[in-house]
Amino acid sequence: MPTASARVPDAAGRFGPYGGRYVPETLIPALEELDQGFRRAWRDPGFRREYRRLLADFVGRPTPLTFAARLSAETGRRIWLKREDLCHTGAHKINNALGQVLLAKRLGKQRIIAETGAGQHGVATATASALLGLRCRIYMGTEDMRRQAVNVYRMRLLGAEVVGVDSGTRTLKDAVNEALRDWVTHVTDTHYCLGTAYGPHPFPVMCREFQSVIGREARRQILAAEGRLPAALLACVGGGSNAIGLFHAFRHDPEVRFFGVEAGGRSLQPGEHAARFAGGKPGVFQGAATWILQDEHGQILGTHSVSAGLDYAAVGPEHAWLRDQGRAEYLHCSDAAALRAFHRLAECEGIIPALESSHALGVLDEVAARLPAEAAIIVNLSGRGDKDVAEVARLEGAMR
Amino acid sequence: MTAPGSGNRIARRLADNRAQGRRSFIAYLTAGDPDLPTTIELACALDAAGVDVLELGIPFSDPMADGVAIQASHGRALAAGTTPRAVIDAVRRIRERSQLPLLLFTYLNPVLAYGVDAFAGAAAQAGADGVLLLDLPPEEDPSLLERFLAHGLATVCLAAPTTPSRRARFLAQRTRGFLYYICRLGVTGERDQLPPDLPEKVAALKQAADIPVCIGFGISTPEQAATAARFGDGVVVGSHLVRLIEQHGREPGLVRLVAERAAQLAGAVHAVQ
Repeated sequence: MPTASARVPDAAGRFGPYGGRYVPETLIPALEELDQGFRRAWRDPGFRREYRRLLADFVGRPTPLTFAARLSAETGRRIWLKREDLCHTGAHKINNALGQVLLAKRLGKQRIIAETGAGQHGVATATASALLGLRCRIYMGTEDMRRQAVNVYRMRLLGAEVVGVDSGTRTLKDAVNEALRDWVTHVTDTHYCLGTAYGPHPFPVMCREFQSVIGREARRQILAAEGRLPAALLACVGGGSNAIGLFHAFRHDPEVRFFGVEAGGRSLQPGEHAARFAGGKPGVFQGAATWILQDEHGQILGTHSVSAGLDYAAVGPEHAWLRDQGRAEYLHCSDAAALRAFHRLAECEGIIPALESSHALGVLDEVAARLPAEAAIIVNLSGRGDKDVAEVARLEGAMR
Repeated sequence: MTAPGSGNRIARRLADNRAQGRRSFIAYLTAGDPDLPTTIELACALDAAGVDVLELGIPFSDPMADGVAIQASHGRALAAGTTPRAVIDAVRRIRERSQLPLLLFTYLNPVLAYGVDAFAGAAAQAGADGVLLLDLPPEEDPSLLERFLAHGLATVCLAAPTTPSRRARFLAQRTRGFLYYICRLGVTGERDQLPPDLPEKVAALKQAADIPVCIGFGISTPEQAATAARFGDGVVVGSHLVRLIEQHGREPGLVRLVAERAAQLAGAVHAVQ
């Protein structure tokens, strides 16, 4: 198996042909400042110490690596769950939000803006802003606000202003457009806390570095528990931050296979899913060159997923590169299979997973079948499902 | 980097105006809003109204640098079935009737989907004179800009209030036709006042290279256009005209109404000494 040994991204934020910085001219100086500011902070032991302290005392890291005994018995493989659902605020998003807001404060910004899909990144950003005393505004598609009403209320409780976005498809991509418009207008005093390993350089690499704590912990934990590396890592991929956060620490371990899972939605017809590698092609969207769901004229297609956090037309550029390298494989999981996996984990292990994470669990049997008996698999349980309970009840009520 | 030929209509019009001490008036319309036959009529009427360059927007599903007025017009144009191919065909039909310099204004992805060389070739052959890609900073893909230049198309770069002086020099050297100065932070759209730092910012850009500097973003009234024109070589008005189309798109008097407003703006700009 090829190893991803080249250092990516390069200085221009390129992962091979992907990534880069495709933004309006007004933002270029801000991205330069952010890039330099991030690199300086990341080399500064004081910043790293403060970030580590917050991850431990505030987020509750390290998160456990839980052995899933009954799932293991069912699959004949040794299944381990990386418990990002136990992070404060309920998902891995806080790792990145806290890092970025801490950085923004160091750079002298007074105001934080962010987009959110499922609401987890919005909640995480609102939380980090409250903790560090910065004003916060969250953009969210009105369709997502409906699906994730509890998270909207949580953000407001945390002192954030939530602005509904009614343009386009009223989902994540439209919230990103609106956040970018805000940032272009208020760039001098505002930091845009982008929530995933996506967007113009340096966001993908910065988000990867802040999330890579997931994989560093998991690698240490599995070596301690199993005395060996896992055969495979399995994570859902919207923009792809939880997946890259898990994969990154294993990049020099060629025997560890990486599996990413996209949202297969209702079907692979255009507009019915968010499986970019299954139905998309390379292009440029919202700051990055990557694989994108688009029509023959280059217009961005609407997407659908039962999970708001995976409902996005483009995939993080590093994932496109890992796929080209043959380093990672990308599967997709339908709404229905994700819902089955949601129930399975709840009943089998006593953990209600986020619908996003349920997509990774939804292909567990398929991935297990490709690996030898007793192989160890780490599934990234990127978030908890409390936020999804009402929506699942509504959907299943409607199905009955 | 090669320069587009001296036959390039945008470069020639701006140079001619400059030689006569005259400022240029640049209008923006989204192609296909409300439909392409109307766009063709509007373009010919704007030529007659004294517009010096027409920026013709190719609609995109996610125009992240544009404000509400132009976003909505992209939406209307897409709903009317406007494709990049159809816009290029409309350019050909405008060119049969008018020598108005035409600048295609869009985002990168529709151009990539078309194929860069195919797009540049078809646009040039139809009679377009330049391209402006809002989400392509010039260093991101220099070879792509070369491919437009190879077809004789002017590649217009943007500069912003946040642009530091070293980068301003780089942009002024890279741009072809003119340098588009985004005179305020934010997206396109109408505003009440011009920014106070406009004169010094434009003066700095003009020092950076000997290229016309045209000023846009947020200019809507003849008074604002005239004020901005005093500092630059030209002025761009977009959202204000697009808003007229939003309000009167289906009325029979639309073309005359937009042309009259454009004539007022052009008159105000041309009157500046």
